[in-house]
Amino acid sequence: MSAKIDIEFTVNGAVKQVTVPATASALDMLRDQLDLKGAKEACGEGECGACTVIVDGVSVCSCLSYAVDFDGRKIETIEGVQSDEGLDPIQQAFVDYGAVQCGYCTPGMVMQVKHTLDKNPNPTKEEIQRGLEGNVCRCTGYSKIIDAVTEVASS
Amino acid sequence: MNTVENYIAPGSIEEAAAALAAGPVTIVAGGTDLMLQTGSGAIAYAKTLMNVRRIAEMQGVSIDGDTIRIGALTTITELKSDAIIAEHLPVVAEMADKFASDQIRNASTIGGNICNASPAGDGIVPLMMYGADVVLASAKGNRNVALSEFFTGPGKTVKADNELLVAIEIAKPAAGFKGGFGKFGPRPALEIAMASVALGGVVKDGVISNVSVAFGAVGPTPMMGAKTTALLEGKTLNEETISAAGEAASEEVTPIDDVRASAWYRRHLIRVMTEEILNDVG
Ligand SMILES: Cc1cc2nc3c(=O)[nH]c(=O)nc-3n(C[C@H](O)[C@H](O)[C@H](O)COP(=O)(O)OP(=O)(O)OC[C@H]3O[C@@H](n4cnc5c(N)ncnc54)[C@H](O)[C@@H]3O)c2cc1C
Ligand code: FES
Ligand code: FES
Repeated sequence: MSAKIDIEFTVNGAVKQVTVPATASALDMLRDQLDLKGAKEACGEGECGACTVIVDGVSVCSCLSYAVDFDGRKIETIEGVQSDEGLDPIQQAFVDYGAVQCGYCTPGMVMQVKHTLDKNPNPTKEEIQRGLEGNVCRCTGYSKIIDAVTEVASS
Repeated sequence: MNTVENYIAPGSIEEAAAALAAGPVTIVAGGTDLMLQTGSGAIAYAKTLMNVRRIAEMQGVSIDGDTIRIGALTTITELKSDAIIAEHLPVVAEMADKFASDQIRNASTIGGNICNASPAGDGIVPLMMYGADVVLASAKGNRNVALSEFFTGPGKTVKADNELLVAIEIAKPAAGFKGGFGKFGPRPALEIAMASVALGGVVKDGVISNVSVAFGAVGPTPMMGAKTTALLEGKTLNEETISAAGEAASEEVTPIDDVRASAWYRRHLIRVMTEEILNDVG
């Protein structure tokens, strides 16, 4: 077993302390140690985006991130997107436009859309598509997702 | 996978160099190559895992006189939007735009791309074309190595185990230097190049000079296009020259047949992309 390292970071505004194997992925740590099961593992190779989380303001694949590198950082996951008033506008648009079918890709999609819109609140259709280049959806055919994002961006 | 006994995250190059001098260390930057290569067993961890991402001196792009310095930890996303890169090294920004996906660009560092030493490493090709040096640091001090002489085979470089890549240094290109980057894969995003080309020069009164050409994914390491360069230098950039350059490029590369493409197809792609870039710069 690899050395265990103590790390401390914030997830969705709350400070967390965990002890993780030096070689563990951030995705395994979030799911297995913090019970944040929103981020999904599908490919485990950086190809699908189902594991997307936001680290210090940038989206990354948590399956390729080392958990130890989260030490001292600010992490946002799908669990923190909803506010007390209800769903985030991105989540609501996904519901309204039927952009969720099996839902496996959705947490990663929403986080990547959030990052894309945070950087560029008024994207063109091409900019939306390019933002989602690293997110695979096997169900919706993408059109409904693009429509949902277009709606959020224009409102 | 084997056991990591120590994890360190030094805050300075000096501390990192001391750790490297003390014994075998696996370096991690963005982790996008390392996580997969250790997971598959292609690479075994050393006893110490060293995360270099906290070293501020290795971050960011700066300019000092005629030298542009790119910190090894600069991400592909940063290269895509950095003002100094856009002004002086636009072919690097063009490469960054064709690299992987947003999430992978956000994590991938240029130092990791170079040290991974893939024959298809996209970041390497335009930097080689611009005549970049890599700066290697160890407890004994720094040395510069030309990027064109850095690679010795797939995954192999002249970097010693006790050395850290800290930066890339590039002399400002000649006034009026213009170039382009071509990369081909079966789809636009998230693809390992079947072949790539970076080419540039100064075109004045229809004549091209200061030519530089580099190729990726068509040999055991990324390579300079010496013959294509020699053919182009000082020539009038017309249809005949462009076609001869495409021919020279397709002849001097040394591709193999593999799962991604045949050698014949790779030579064809090199010809087409070389001609396309020349048509654009002319
Ligand atoms: C889905 C996916 C898509 C990809 N697409 C592309 C693509 O389009 N083009 C492309 O070129 N690559 C691509 N890659 C490969 C990878 O993302 C890049 O090579 C990336 O730049 C590696 O950087 P990193 O910081 O993540 O490196 P790491 O994984 O941290 O390190 C890579 C290697 O370099 C060593 N290393 C890292 N930094 C240093 C340093 N400063 N000094 C000494 N040694 C060091 C490490 O020990 C390791 O052996 C892709 C990868 C994935 C998973
Ligand atoms: S599970 Fe991380 S990108 Fe697919
Ligand atoms: S909704 Fe099923 S994968 Fe996207």
